[in-house]
Amino acid sequence: MARIIVDEKVCKGCSMCIHACPKKIIALAKDRLNAKGYHPAQLIDEAACVGCAACATMCPDTAITVER
Amino acid sequence: MAVVFKKPSTLTDAPLHYCPGCTHGIIHRLVAEAIEELGVEGKTVGVASVGCSVMCYDYFTCDMVQAPHGRAQAVATGLKRAKPENVIFTYQGDGDLAAIGTAETVHAATRGENITVIFVNNAIYGMTGGQMAPTSLPNQITQTTPYGRDVNTAGYPVRICELLSTLDGVALAQRVTVDSVKNVNIAKKAIKKAFQNQIEGKGYSIVEVLSTCPTNWGMSPVDALGWLQENMIPYYPLGVFKDGTKGDRLK
Repeated sequence: MARIIVDEKVCKGCSMCIHACPKKIIALAKDRLNAKGYHPAQLIDEAACVGCAACATMCPDTAITVER
Repeated sequence: MAVVFKKPSTLTDAPLHYCPGCTHGIIHRLVAEAIEELGVEGKTVGVASVGCSVMCYDYFTCDMVQAPHGRAQAVATGLKRAKPENVIFTYQGDGDLAAIGTAETVHAATRGENITVIFVNNAIYGMTGGQMAPTSLPNQITQTTPYGRDVNTAGYPVRICELLSTLDGVALAQRVTVDSVKNVNIAKKAIKKAFQNQIEGKGYSIVEVLSTCPTNWGMSPVDALGWLQENMIPYYPLGVFKDGTKGDRLK
C-alpha cells in the first residue's frame, strides 16, 4: 500500500516522473490545467504503486510526496 | 502510511522560477537535504551566482548572499575568513564559475579556502538565451554557434574538475550528474561529503553536477536527459578526481 501526492500548484508537467516511474503508472492529467497552464502529473493506478520514490527523486520542483 | 519522501525543511515554499524539467530544482533539493541532514541550517550562508540560479536566495531557508558575476568564491572567501565557524557554500553555473569567474575559482582552490562549491554545468548560457559557454561541447549548436562550436576559432571545452584536481589546496573534486535515480543518489552523497569536508576543515571541495537545459538545447526534458547521457558524459567523465585533505598532492 503506497501512494504519491502531487502538489499540482507547483507541477510544471515536465514528465520526468513519468520517465522515472518503474511501474509506468504516472501520467499527465490531460483533462485539467493548473494555474500556470501546465497539465499536472497524477497517479493513475494507486494499487500498483510500490512507493519507491523514483518519481520524487527525479522531480525538479519537489512537487511529489511519497507515502508507504 | 508513513511519509517516506517529502520536501526538505531547508527549502522554502516559493515555487521555483526554473523552466519545466530544469535539473537546477533537483540540485537545489540535494543541497537543501545535505544542510538539513548535517543540522547546520542555522549557521550556513550560501552565495548565489549570476545565471539562472541568481534568485536561489528565495529558495533556501539559510542565509544567502548574491555575489557579482563570477565573484561568488571571492565573496565566500571573505565570509569564511570573517566567520570561520559558519558553513559557507557557493552555487554557481558554468557561465559564472568557468568563464568570468575562472580566476576567482582557480585562486580560491589553490589557496585551499575551506568552502564548498556546487558547480552546475549545463554546457550553455541558460539565463541569457542559450549562447556558447566555455563548457559547450565541440560541434554543439547554440545561439552564437549556429553551425556548431568550431574548435579552431572557439577552442575546446574546459574540464574544471580535472583542472582543479591538480591543485594542492583542493580536498574534493568530484563530477556527478542527475540524469537518473541512481546518479541523483550518488550526487547527494557527493554534495553531503563536500559539506562534511568543510565542517571537518579539510579544505576546498567542489562538486560539478552535469545538468540539462531543455529550453536552450531545444528539446523536451526527457530527451535532454538522453542528450546529456550520450554527449556530455563521454566528454565530462563522472567520478572522483581528488579526495583527501588540503595539502595532499595528486598521485
